[in-house]
Amino acid sequence: MKHCLVVDDSRVIRKVACRILSDLHFQTGEAEDGVSALAACRAKMPELILLDWSMPNMNGIEFLRTLRREKGGEHPVVLFCTTENDVAHITEAMSAGANETIMKPFDRGIIEAKLAEVGLA
Amino acid sequence: MKPDDFSFLAQLVRRRSGLVLRANKAQFIEGRLTSVLRRFGFRTMSALIHELRHGRETLARAVAEAMTTNESSFFRDRAVFDRFRDVVLPQLLERRKDSKRLRIWSAACAAGQEAYSIAMLLHDHKLVAKGWTVDLIATDISSEIIARAEGGLYTHYEVQRGLAIRRLVAHFTQDGGNWRVHENLRRMVSFRTFNLLDSFGWLDDLDVVFCRNVLLYFDQKTKSSVLEKVADTLVPDGVLVLGHTETPLTPANAFVPVDGTSHIYRHAKAAVQRLAATG
Ligand SMILES: C[S@@+](CC[C@H](N)C(=O)[O-])C[C@H]1O[C@@H](n2cnc3c(N)ncnc32)[C@H](O)[C@@H]1O
Repeated sequence: MKHCLVVDDSRVIRKVACRILSDLHFQTGEAEDGVSALAACRAKMPELILLDWSMPNMNGIEFLRTLRREKGGEHPVVLFCTTENDVAHITEAMSAGANETIMKPFDRGIIEAKLAEVGLA
Repeated sequence: MKPDDFSFLAQLVRRRSGLVLRANKAQFIEGRLTSVLRRFGFRTMSALIHELRHGRETLARAVAEAMTTNESSFFRDRAVFDRFRDVVLPQLLERRKDSKRLRIWSAACAAGQEAYSIAMLLHDHKLVAKGWTVDLIATDISSEIIARAEGGLYTHYEVQRGLAIRRLVAHFTQDGGNWRVHENLRRMVSFRTFNLLDSFGWLDDLDVVFCRNVLLYFDQKTKSSVLEKVADTLVPDGVLVLGHTETPLTPANAFVPVDGTSHIYRHAKAAVQRLAATG
């Protein structure tokens, strides 16, 4: 079973995302900010990370840049979730090292489609 | 709905669009009719049917259109589009490199996602800049959906099904909460309202026909007759792309699968000619 880390400061969103992902046969873990996400990745590198943008204690962009420089940090497929759904934010997420961007709000259909996009469906 | 009202309605819809309505879906069908009911100001379903029986053309057309399923998405059935991009299109471009002409038809295009997906693949090859003449024709029976397709405006959800973010950023502009296809892609596609039951006289010399997720709503006879007309419009080495669940088994057996692909077919005439040439 593939492991997905859901990184978001909202507990509700983490819960919704985890439910969708376990339905889609992922084993899920949660982190509420970039710092704890980084600790989780160092303990066990997940195959997939669903990553929120704005969080206290290291936002998504900072986390992603740091992750990509870590040993093994190039491996996880990162789906970056943006709230400011404009081209500038999307481009920034992609150039920080995201594999694909999801514009919030998302639903199961969007997550499934994006997983297919990155070859994890 | 009374049984004889239902069979009248089913007959009318089948005659107009080829769509087969099943009695066990009567409730679902009534649901779809409520928007027509409101639009034309009828109080009850039987009033609407009564008027239909008197042959009001605009009403009959609206009813037939309301029965269609317009569900679609960009690059629907990814594997089929991947094969088209990786196998079919490169071969076709090679074979047409002298004439530099390509004619493609999206035959039941719904809100245009299929046509714009094709346009994006063609755009990748920079054909227009390289002096190619590309005709990308997209049709649907529903004039309402064709108007939407021409506008090229899609919701947050629609652009996130099947469309990679890099394609979204490259080919769309944000418009409120929605996204609009860029003018250059919109100009590549000629949209028009067209019923697959009508004569294909205006369509000829097509290199590729996408006829996807529409034949499945037809009965066998209608399906065969549409496929035969499609076969006639294709050039001898032309290609037919079907939906995920569809096969082109016509009595005339006009199509054979393209090697190494599923849901993509070649005109059998070309296969026969090839056999004759090699044997
Ligand atoms: C489910 S959509 C398929 C859209 C697209 N080809 C795809 O595969 O995603 C089916 C479309 O067929 C159209 N349609 C149904 N009957 C038709 C007919 N007789 N002639 C032309 N289009 C028809 C409907 O209006 C609808 O937009």
